[in-house]
Amino acid sequence: MTSTLKISALTKRFGPVEALREVSLDLAPGMRAALLGHNGAGKSTMMKIILGLIPFDAGGVQVCGAAPGSPQARARVAYLPENVAFHPALTGEEQIRQYLSLRGENPRQAPDLLARVGLADARARRIGTYSKGMRQRVGLAQTLIGRPQLLVLDEPTSGLDPVSRRDFYELLDGLAADGASILLSSHVLTEVEARTDRILILSGGRLVAEGTLPDLRARAALPVALTIRPAAGADAALATALPQAARGPDGLLRLTCTQDEKLPLLARITALGGQVADLDVIPPSLEDIYSHFSKRDGQ
Amino acid sequence: MSRILAIAGAEFRIALRNRWVAIATLMMVLFALVLAAAGAAPTGDIGADRLSVTVASLTSLSVYLVPLLALLMSFDALAGEVERGTLPLLLTYPISRLQILLGKLIAHLAILALACGLGYGAAAGLALWSDPGALAGLASLWRLVWSSVVLGATFLGAGYALSALSRRPSGAAGLAIGLWLGVVVLYDLALLALIVSDGGGALTTRALPVALLANPADAFRLFNLAAAEAVAAAGGINSAAGAIPLWQSAASILLWPLAGILLAWAAFRKVTP
Ligand SMILES: Nc1ncnc2c1ncn2[C@@H]1O[C@H](COP(=O)(O)OP(=O)(O)OP(=O)(O)O)[C@@H](O)[C@H]1O
Ligand SMILES: [Mg+2]
Repeated sequence: MTSTLKISALTKRFGPVEALREVSLDLAPGMRAALLGHNGAGKSTMMKIILGLIPFDAGGVQVCGAAPGSPQARARVAYLPENVAFHPALTGEEQIRQYLSLRGENPRQAPDLLARVGLADARARRIGTYSKGMRQRVGLAQTLIGRPQLLVLDEPTSGLDPVSRRDFYELLDGLAADGASILLSSHVLTEVEARTDRILILSGGRLVAEGTLPDLRARAALPVALTIRPAAGADAALATALPQAARGPDGLLRLTCTQDEKLPLLARITALGGQVADLDVIPPSLEDIYSHFSKRDGQ
Repeated sequence: MSRILAIAGAEFRIALRNRWVAIATLMMVLFALVLAAAGAAPTGDIGADRLSVTVASLTSLSVYLVPLLALLMSFDALAGEVERGTLPLLLTYPISRLQILLGKLIAHLAILALACGLGYGAAAGLALWSDPGALAGLASLWRLVWSSVVLGATFLGAGYALSALSRRPSGAAGLAIGLWLGVVVLYDLALLALIVSDGGGALTTRALPVALLANPADAFRLFNLAAAEAVAAAGGINSAAGAIPLWQSAASILLWPLAGILLAWAAFRKVTP
């Protein structure tokens, strides 16, 4: 199948600031990709370029086989900007009706769409009276209009409560199952971990890592941490048996090892028998992997 | 077309909620009624029916009021979207920038038409009530209504252009007031000074007609007064320009809105959200 979104060697400068540098990316239908990166890494800039809102300096972008911002591309792409805003004088329903008409859809679907994002009760109230999360939901509702082939969502879950976040990702699962590609950015790593197929890490405008979470975990080769609680009176014996371990003020011994060393080390520790009261193995978290890739360039 | 109407519908609703419709209508009705009442006093025989006289004074009013209303409604149209942050999302929808502009134009023109229709209608009602022979002036009233809407379109276009150029509502408001002062007030003062200093010389006879046609507000005044053959009732610059043929002022007032929209379109195309 042809890819929904194809970016090659994309470069974008804002005066002296290089917001994006030679970024390449391919998104197949049905794929959910998460774009991670620190503030100012270039996530929003990349999304605006995909939407054709701002021009770029070098490289190529193809959206559903068309140029970004062309009528063909716009008909197939839905966008949720970061800090989405609407006219405060319109009601949620009026706003969604307008967006439906702009996409050539029947405006009568508006109540249904609003119900899908949990705004059925508030739909006749002016958006000016909505809470931040409710405005965000109006923004989500408008991305569901028609059958977009590509959804570009800039921090879609910001302002949503935990339950709404889960509902939102369920909505996305449904869309992806129908063949839509999804590109979303987020600062909440835990939700991204479970709910996306691919992770892209931008740092200083460059795509420093790309792949599934297990891929990235293997590539980062981060050390595994172990904590050991010595049995009563066994502190000294354990400290000599495991000289590389550091003893904390809480009496726990901490040590790290590479993935390869993990099993032999565990064997050694279990061989110590009754001297060990408890053992925890802590694999690198997504946060660790993320900082590994995004800090590599001296950030 | 349904997309343009979707923009127009929302824009009209917003104007209704922001009380713009009420303010514009109230302003027109109030001023028109004051004028009609002031003009109702017997002014001697000027050979015209009461409605034509009312139309002549409404014309002088509209030259100031219609551009002002149009600019007040339009200066926020694009700069407001930029400031609220609603523009980027709108621009990702399958609708062209020209269509967005036309949608807003339709809504604002509808409001202007409503305000002018009700305002002039009230004044005309007064005139007809006091002078049954005033029916003869209905044609000039109708001309005033549509030419006011056309004049409004010119200044709406200009307002959108300023709105797109400044990108901030406060800046756009300043530019709009400046444009109004320049085109509607200072321009005529400058022309008057020219006539006085030239003393009816060659400059006045050759440059003045061109200068009047080049200004949409002056062309509007010429068109309505010449058409109503009530130039005598107005006086001022207009008597000096009585020689300008009707088709020329008509062409000017019809071409200016096109220029205004093209200008707005050109400015809007340069806006990067
Ligand atoms: N219009 C602009 N003019 C100048 N510089 C800009 C502009 N837009 C973005 N930048 C710069 O480009 C870089 C990338 O910004 P961008 O908004 O893409 O970051 P981001 O990854 O979305 O950050 P955040 O997580 O805070 O949303 C930043 O250094 C920013 O200052
Ligand atoms: Mg951003």
